[in-house]
Amino acid sequence: MEETAHEAVGLTFHPLDQFALTPLFGGGGADYNPPFYALTNATLWMALAVLGIFLLFVVSTRSRSVIPTRSQSVAELVYSFIRKMVDDVAGHDAGRFFPLILTLFLFILFTNFFGLLPMSFTATSHIAVTAVLGFGVFLFVTVLGFMLNGKKFLGLFWMTDAPLFLRPIIAVIELISYFVRPVSHSIRLAGNVMAGHTVIKVFAGFAQVAAISPFAILGVAAIYGIEILVAGIQAYVFTILTCVYLKDALHPGH
Amino acid sequence: MEGNIGELGQFMGAGLAAIGSGIAAVGVGNVAANYLGGALRNPSAAASQTATLFIGLAFAEALGIFAFLVALLLLFAV
Repeated sequence: MEETAHEAVGLTFHPLDQFALTPLFGGGGADYNPPFYALTNATLWMALAVLGIFLLFVVSTRSRSVIPTRSQSVAELVYSFIRKMVDDVAGHDAGRFFPLILTLFLFILFTNFFGLLPMSFTATSHIAVTAVLGFGVFLFVTVLGFMLNGKKFLGLFWMTDAPLFLRPIIAVIELISYFVRPVSHSIRLAGNVMAGHTVIKVFAGFAQVAAISPFAILGVAAIYGIEILVAGIQAYVFTILTCVYLKDALHPGH
Repeated sequence: MEGNIGELGQFMGAGLAAIGSGIAAVGVGNVAANYLGGALRNPSAAASQTATLFIGLAFAEALGIFAFLVALLLLFAV
């Protein structure tokens, strides 16, 4: 099936080839299925993201000068931006979970941005990566909700404002929407990143036709600009939704 | 022009699923347009509602992404 698609479009590369996992130390192939301990390019780029965060937040803020250096002021900007978001969306008592939220945001932001480097690999384009983040948030929020509120957490599903005969129906709908949360939470990030990168490759494939190649290159440049925007916005959206879910766990009554 | 009927179904299904992405674009535009309309009427309240804007955009967009995912799965994973 994929062979015919290649021939029909005339692409010399497949737009989805960029998401292939390859082991760092030899081996691999078209149907490579890494064991869980394998060091692949996904591992490499996630580690690089962590290294980037370390450089920005530990090394550049080491001097802690009153008049910040350029990199220190970037770190302070990101910090206060997320701090304000947690306070606004999840409430003031969510402050103790602020390190978690900041970590999530920075990890997704850095993997997204590093994935935009040419010849690099985007770890967040794999649902396997984002699903761990999404389901991790889901489990954390659910356990936290039951730990803090006990049975009152179920009030999230049993709406006491609604008329009695509607409550079971609403409860079913709320229950479904609650369990779809981690799925949409993780697929949104992976889908957006994957879609954007695929579109870039498809436009790059158009550049093989000499007549339209200038437009194809302009198209790639334009979409690349949008992708930079998407990389930031999707990291923001992921963290803001985490804050919304966290608020539900802290204050299920509202 | 030979091919099997299964492939025809795959490609048609992928095309139909892509319509869903387009309709989700209407939803996303609706959210943004209403936000802008409200923001121009009361600019002082606009800044405090950007978080809500992004949450709304994310929910509207998620369903379009689902449709896109179905299209990709039909094209490459079936």
